[in-house]
Amino acid sequence: MKIIVCIKQVPNSADVKIDPKTNTLIREGVESVINPFDTYAIEEAVRLKERFAGTITIITMGPPQAEAALREALSLGCDEAILISDRAFAGSDTWATSYTLSSAIKKIGSYDLILCGKQASDGDTAQVGPGVATHLDIPQVTYVKKIEEINGEKARVERLVEDGYEIVEVSLPCLFTVVKEINVPRLPSLKGKIKAKAAKVAVWNAASLECDPKRLGLEGSPTKVMKIFNPPPRKGAVKITGEPEEAVDKLIELLGKDLPR
Amino acid sequence: MDYLLNEQQVMIRDLARQIAKEKIAPVAAEYDEKEEFPWPIVKLLADSDLFGVYIEEKYGGIGGGVLELAICTEELSKACGGISLSLAATALGTYPIILFGNDEQKQKYLPDIAKGRKLAAFAITEPEAGSDAGSIKTTAKKEGDHYILNGTKQWITNGGEAEVYTVVAMTDKSKGARGASVFILEKGMKGFTFGKKEKKLGIRASATRELIFTDCKVPKANLLGKEGLGFIVAMKTFDKSRPGVAAQAVGIAQGALDFAVDYAKNRRQFGQAISSFQGIQFMLADMATQIEAARALIYSACRMIDSGAKDISKISAMAKMFASDVAVKVTIDAVQIFGGYGYMRDYPVEKFMRDAKITQIYEGTNQIQRNVIAQALIKESLK
Repeated sequence: MKIIVCIKQVPNSADVKIDPKTNTLIREGVESVINPFDTYAIEEAVRLKERFAGTITIITMGPPQAEAALREALSLGCDEAILISDRAFAGSDTWATSYTLSSAIKKIGSYDLILCGKQASDGDTAQVGPGVATHLDIPQVTYVKKIEEINGEKARVERLVEDGYEIVEVSLPCLFTVVKEINVPRLPSLKGKIKAKAAKVAVWNAASLECDPKRLGLEGSPTKVMKIFNPPPRKGAVKITGEPEEAVDKLIELLGKDLPR
Repeated sequence: MDYLLNEQQVMIRDLARQIAKEKIAPVAAEYDEKEEFPWPIVKLLADSDLFGVYIEEKYGGIGGGVLELAICTEELSKACGGISLSLAATALGTYPIILFGNDEQKQKYLPDIAKGRKLAAFAITEPEAGSDAGSIKTTAKKEGDHYILNGTKQWITNGGEAEVYTVVAMTDKSKGARGASVFILEKGMKGFTFGKKEKKLGIRASATRELIFTDCKVPKANLLGKEGLGFIVAMKTFDKSRPGVAAQAVGIAQGALDFAVDYAKNRRQFGQAISSFQGIQFMLADMATQIEAARALIYSACRMIDSGAKDISKISAMAKMFASDVAVKVTIDAVQIFGGYGYMRDYPVEKFMRDAKITQIYEGTNQIQRNVIAQALIKESLK
């Protein structure tokens, strides 16, 4: 089985703060990690490889330092890594990003399955995975929580929805975005880390992809971010203090006021 | 402090640190309370290759030495000195094979130990033979292709859980210390059973158990080195393993200090954080300085040992003695900084204090370490 996993390097969300003046993310000094949702995609790929043999190619679009995320994925059991990096990609929205990733996947050639995390923890759009599938014109299943069956031709998966899950059958090649319920990602091993350190990471620039330069980066991005801000704090909470018995009476009184009679 | 670790040592440190923080710290109190052996964590450590850091690559290890083992043990001990011991005690049980095993014995046992598929244990102590190891009573009588072992070993770390045991027994009582030999035993050998599981003050996630040999038949091929080498095997093993105990001690101390600093910043009395009081500040400063001094001594000792230096007993004993004394002192002070909360089992620091104490006692009491150091000094002065 030939699997491609798309990942993104993001700021560690435990450390993220927003600059109150500019309303933008403060990225300086924040550790970069693999998007947490993508770690489930990597783990699922490694499990499939352990079951069916095959290869895992890990790709990311990002600045040169995103290579660290690829090496981490290699240490977890992925076989090849490709960094898609060029100034021309800067400022890409989800449309341009998914176009660029799909161009890289076309260059890779054949594959059975593409796995992505359900969304990135920084942008939270959940659009890139579906975008890639659309550009490649292959079927997609989003929010996959379990791969029930899979063979070279088709797969049967459980897909998380708000009030339960759906069982979907899909033909391969296809793309899944996965949710955290799908597995528990393993920790890297020392031997994996040592191997990943020495592994070669290919770097592909815009010129190496067969793509329309007008559809890349800022120019190829129809989305314009007008403003980013913290939602205003909610108002109107009442704190009831005092002895428990008094507090309960007070609570009942307050609840009674809002009840229709 | 930058100890100029190489790339691989940094990897070991970071991975052990990640496992300690994410996987061990959240369950440390629970294993302590239940006195249960932490098999799920051992499995994680095995999958991460940490059991093989000090074992040669050709036997499936990472190819590091005593320093790599110390780095790993220290990081794990910051979260739990009992859980980290499953790995450190396996190293203690494995060093006799690394140091004195023939290639066949190494091929047979080291790969499984390096992969963490089998734990190991070292057995020398007996009810009446602690510091006076020369008085051990377990015997090994040669009969044809086998030795027949009889006797009891006491307080064996990893006892019952380990698959591989390196056991010191007397092959010739008339020769005293020169009549001891070391054998590799496997769990399940006929005549090899386990006795009482001990209830302990600290390191309660670690299994400490009695080994009982009743006409236990051990193949001749399982003799390490040759007959009569027993005490040399034991002493050379301790030279290599004591920095690991030291690292366990310094990890426990650091874990307690980290909690103490955090608590001091957040605990408010007299309208301010207690970390603003000089009395607390001086305690924290002394704790941190002692830990750093212990760590520096351990890493220097490890580097000297890994360089292949000959006379390593003294430096190894110094590291173990100093670091364990620091651990006891620092963890007691950490409880003091926590005040009444520190004494409660709902808070983490009393466990560090209980875990620290054993490091002054096992693998040679600190009084024995002082003997070793003094004897080396006197010997050196005669040169």
